[in-house]
Amino acid sequence: MGSQVVMASNWCGCGVVSSNSRKMSANDFKLSSSPFKFSKPYPRSARSAYRVTAYYGLTTPPYELDALEPYMSKRTVEIHWGQAHNEHVEKLNKILKNSTFYGHTLEEMVKATYNNGNPLVEFNDASSLWSHDFFWESMQPKGGSIPRGGVLNQIEKDFESFTNFKDEFANAALSIFGSGWVWLYLKRNEKKLVVAKTQNAVSPLVWGDIPIIGLDMWEHAYYLDYKDDRLAYVNNFLDHLVSWHSVMVRMMRAEAFVNLGEPKIPEG
Amino acid sequence: MAVRFVASRKTLAQTLTPALRHYRSLTTVTLPDLPYDYGALEPAISGEIMRLHHQKHHQTYVTNYNKALEQLESAVSKGDAPAVVQLQSALKFNGGGHVNHSIFWQNLKPVGEGGGDSPHGELGWAIDKDFGSMEALVKKMNSEGAALQGSGWVWLALDKEQKILKVETTPNQDALVTKGAHLVPLLGIDVWEHAYYLQYKNVRPDYLTNIWKVISWKYAGEVFDKECA
Repeated sequence: MGSQVVMASNWCGCGVVSSNSRKMSANDFKLSSSPFKFSKPYPRSARSAYRVTAYYGLTTPPYELDALEPYMSKRTVEIHWGQAHNEHVEKLNKILKNSTFYGHTLEEMVKATYNNGNPLVEFNDASSLWSHDFFWESMQPKGGSIPRGGVLNQIEKDFESFTNFKDEFANAALSIFGSGWVWLYLKRNEKKLVVAKTQNAVSPLVWGDIPIIGLDMWEHAYYLDYKDDRLAYVNNFLDHLVSWHSVMVRMMRAEAFVNLGEPKIPEG
Repeated sequence: MAVRFVASRKTLAQTLTPALRHYRSLTTVTLPDLPYDYGALEPAISGEIMRLHHQKHHQTYVTNYNKALEQLESAVSKGDAPAVVQLQSALKFNGGGHVNHSIFWQNLKPVGEGGGDSPHGELGWAIDKDFGSMEALVKKMNSEGAALQGSGWVWLALDKEQKILKVETTPNQDALVTKGAHLVPLLGIDVWEHAYYLQYKNVRPDYLTNIWKVISWKYAGEVFDKECA
């Protein structure tokens, strides 16, 4: 499949979906011929002119639905993405019809509707939508193994070793009580990578940090493939699914906002 | 010359306590047996779900609760207050999981043994009085269960103080008592994904509609009668 690099697409899945319109014609813009009559500077029927309503769409994972087999089955992806993720899109669009947050980018909306811990009605679907887009792009076929270069250096700097990072990530995932996510994210203030778990739909976006990897630990993410064996799910994610390419791209973007140290200027 | 042994209170305590401790054993919990086969609730709830739910999930809560209890006992006897406080979330989660599921298994019965029947007696009257009808109660519980974000439970509760029935929800494995000691759980429906995902996938409303076919009012009625006696 001609899979595209999806750097920009996940930040805002906006698209023009519908418009109430009637065909505009030259008459709408005709100004009065007489110089003495007041000429309208806008089309006569401006008030009923076409209105564009933009809503969120379902972004496709950057791989075929069966590409993550055998670590995540096609069935799981079909249902998780096609039904559950899709439902968040539809529910959010429905809420946005009457919401003051219409027009926000998804990231803005997640942060604003979190409302410092008293989430507004839009939060759950907006945050779930963002997190799930992020999740699909955190994985790739033939992923896992070990990162290289700058990413590995940063992880070794912040976790002492790559194995330590994996252990911390897995322990956080397994210690979630109920539904939640586990994240590798970049703390802006401390300029370091950190692992944390969150409940329900919360993500590091809400406290202003930059997510780098997100793993869905809700039961729907793994139950069909692993039943209650969360350890196997997390290990397979780390060893075979996590996309270090995505991580690299995200770190590059994050460096525009967080100074991770002096740049290495090549000599000569 | 007689040697006088003065046993101070501290020495006495030190000698006696180990002996006392030898007789005091920690009461742990065990996984209750299901009063029906795993497949007996089909087609409302599949045998595979019942088996995993009971043998894996509930068993894990039992095991981890007992572990937390042992750690708690050790922390209490050492006077380690920070450790005692730190264990609370594990106790609440795993203990709650055990309490909640123990009630849940008793709320369910195969179709031939009371599953799906209407409530009788005083409880039936109370439902009509407080909700209007059985259908209204089912509708309310289903809508609250479907709307619950993440994992949790939906309950039919008896408010002992006000003497009315209420529909409540609790998140994760929080037991109903965490919402108030005056609330008595009569009927609970597990809306964690593990309770339905293998069969109903993410269509929680279908699970909620179908589970009423195997819900038995016997346990709820007994608890209700006892509390209202």
